[in-house]
Amino acid sequence: MGALNINSSKAGAEMTITLQGRLDTNTSPQLQEIVENSLDGIEKLILDFTELAYISSAGLRVLLTALQIMEEQGSMVVRNVKQEVMDVFEITGFIDDLVIE
Amino acid sequence: MKELDITANREKLSDVLSFVDAELEQLGCSMRIQTAIDVAVEEIFVNISSYAYDSEGGVATIRMEVTDNPISIIISFIDGGTPYDPLAKPDPDRKIPVRERKKGGLGIYMVKKSMDNISYEYKDGKNILTIKKLIH
Repeated sequence: MGALNINSSKAGAEMTITLQGRLDTNTSPQLQEIVENSLDGIEKLILDFTELAYISSAGLRVLLTALQIMEEQGSMVVRNVKQEVMDVFEITGFIDDLVIE
Repeated sequence: MKELDITANREKLSDVLSFVDAELEQLGCSMRIQTAIDVAVEEIFVNISSYAYDSEGGVATIRMEVTDNPISIIISFIDGGTPYDPLAKPDPDRKIPVRERKKGGLGIYMVKKSMDNISYEYKDGKNILTIKKLIH
């Protein structure tokens, strides 16, 4: 429990970040770092949540930072969201603001 | 009833979640409900870790109780820190897009929305926040 693996790949101005595990208070700073330092010049950010089992409000705050950055410079989509994570998007209203595929 | 006394430090989060999840698994709780409970437990424990005590820190007690018919779990978080009622905080305005909202207040709002009951009392010098969730 408690681990998060992050994989990111870049193709031109498109970046895909794949998350595996849990995005919680203790693991969110890892993603925050990438969001703050690696999005220069990126026009499309794809977040693949196929293997993301859990998200807490700490994780949502990082998504919000990413969303704010990407709205300035392009777009952001979230893909393959599990039901447990979707529930969290639903109760917080994130479901209305994120582009979920 | 089961009880865990633990240092109020966010590094202890996974110990707290293991304590709660072990009980939920025994109850045959669905993954969906377990996740909702984990999210609530994380928010509350991290709040206590961040705000209840000064730099010297302190202890949080997590008390867990199961009721029958229907099966529910009741979890209380007890700390002897600064009196603080997290339920007094106004809810975020859902009409405002999330990107324009302030980043605070989201966690406790999630707890309120996802649990079946939540209550706060300050008693004998202790903050007691209790959540209840129907398991099945």
